[in-house]
Amino acid sequence: MNGSIAVAEAGYDEVLRDVMTFLNDQTKRRYEITESTNMARDLNLDSLAVMDVLLALEDKFDVSIPINHLAEIQTVSDLARTIIDIKKG
Amino acid sequence: MSLLARFTHVANNYGKATALGANPFKVRMEKVISPTEAIVNGRQTTLAGTHNYLGLTFDADCIEAAIAALRQEGTGTTGSRVANGSYSHHRGLEDELAEFFGRRHAMVFSTGYQANLGMLSALVGPDDHLVIDADCHASIYDGCKLAGAKVTRFRHNDPADLEKRLRRLAAEGGNKLIVIEGIYSMLGDEAPLREIVEVKKKYGAYLLVDEAHSVGVLGERGRGLAEAAGCEADVDFVVGTFSKSFGSVGGFCVSDMEGFDLLRVASRPYTFTASLPPSVMASVRAALKALQERPELRRKLHDNAALLYGELSRSGFTLGPVVNPIVAVRLEDPETAIRFWNGLLERGVYVNLALPPATPNGWSMLRVSVSAAHSAKQLMHIAAVFRDVAYDLGILEMPVRAAAF
Repeated sequence: MNGSIAVAEAGYDEVLRDVMTFLNDQTKRRYEITESTNMARDLNLDSLAVMDVLLALEDKFDVSIPINHLAEIQTVSDLARTIIDIKKG
Repeated sequence: MSLLARFTHVANNYGKATALGANPFKVRMEKVISPTEAIVNGRQTTLAGTHNYLGLTFDADCIEAAIAALRQEGTGTTGSRVANGSYSHHRGLEDELAEFFGRRHAMVFSTGYQANLGMLSALVGPDDHLVIDADCHASIYDGCKLAGAKVTRFRHNDPADLEKRLRRLAAEGGNKLIVIEGIYSMLGDEAPLREIVEVKKKYGAYLLVDEAHSVGVLGERGRGLAEAAGCEADVDFVVGTFSKSFGSVGGFCVSDMEGFDLLRVASRPYTFTASLPPSVMASVRAALKALQERPELRRKLHDNAALLYGELSRSGFTLGPVVNPIVAVRLEDPETAIRFWNGLLERGVYVNLALPPATPNGWSMLRVSVSAAHSAKQLMHIAAVFRDVAYDLGILEMPVRAAAF
């Protein structure tokens, strides 16, 4: 897929790095983003903005991330793990 | 910790919105005079934020029908149709809606919000997929939660993006239900329905269109976007509301789907809600009649929308992409929007304040809704007041000639 990443082969560290790069770009590097960064609280993203992050990451990783997962995704680490879990099926 | 502590960020935003003047979320209509006028804060105010598209709230036939039903059948049904039975107006309204839309089935809900909750929660289950436009109304998002199905969003009004997401879901089992709106309530833009129908057919999905803002507004007979786009047969479910063009309250769904009547016991928001009072349904039936017999209302509505859109656009405001009865005026940031909204209200013009996260792309907007009941003079006045406030706030530069006075 154009611009997408083969997550199935990628490990947690690689997906995490890509998610962090993506979030840094989205937030114009205004924050120090780490594994434990809480997206709503620390990045000041409202519910819609978090959903838009998922929308964009679906394309980046060529996966479908149903918004039903939102409740479980609070930190950057949660997001990376969700992407890996979904891709593994 | 207080039960409400998790709303701290809401309280902060709410405080900011109310600190700059009147409370935008608690406007008191002290006296409603007509579909387009009310007394607010002791001041005669032009209403341009009530989605009263056909201006039928004071229509003599609608009012008389409601009064007659009130006298004949009382003030309310005191319960659900499953428990307390259906009144003649329930079935009468459903039959007339089905006939109007050329569909086999119609079902009436107690609000438009519940129509979306009731349909989405009953049509799909945990093994199915809802694929919704990212800009869908909150009632659709809430319906998705109640459905328990897996929910995927696609980029607003982007059929190629919808296709990409359906392709990713192709290998997964379960039904796929696409959910879109006819006219979107924030920007007044329309769904590219024909293109979405093509994608729907390719992937064997179902399609539900919420025509809350487009019934009575679009289509030769006022049946909404599906009629205007010529693809009614490819729309499996049309959802709508009685609280806009019909000038009352309530919601509905029409469909040709086999077995549709089962939803009356399968849809919890339908089954476990008190049904609409007879007077409401009587006024809605009269409004449906007016909608069909008086196409001039729809023409006037569009002429009015074009007039206001043109005036505001020529004045230099940034507006929504299409000329429709919802005219969205985009402003720089929430604070400017709140100040602008207060400036309008202080000058006797009522519109809707729309702030993120309820708005697309995090935009801050004023949402103006045009009615067939507005006179050209009222619309010119609204535009003039918009300019006044914009000059005051330094958003628009006053023309040289006007500034010379």
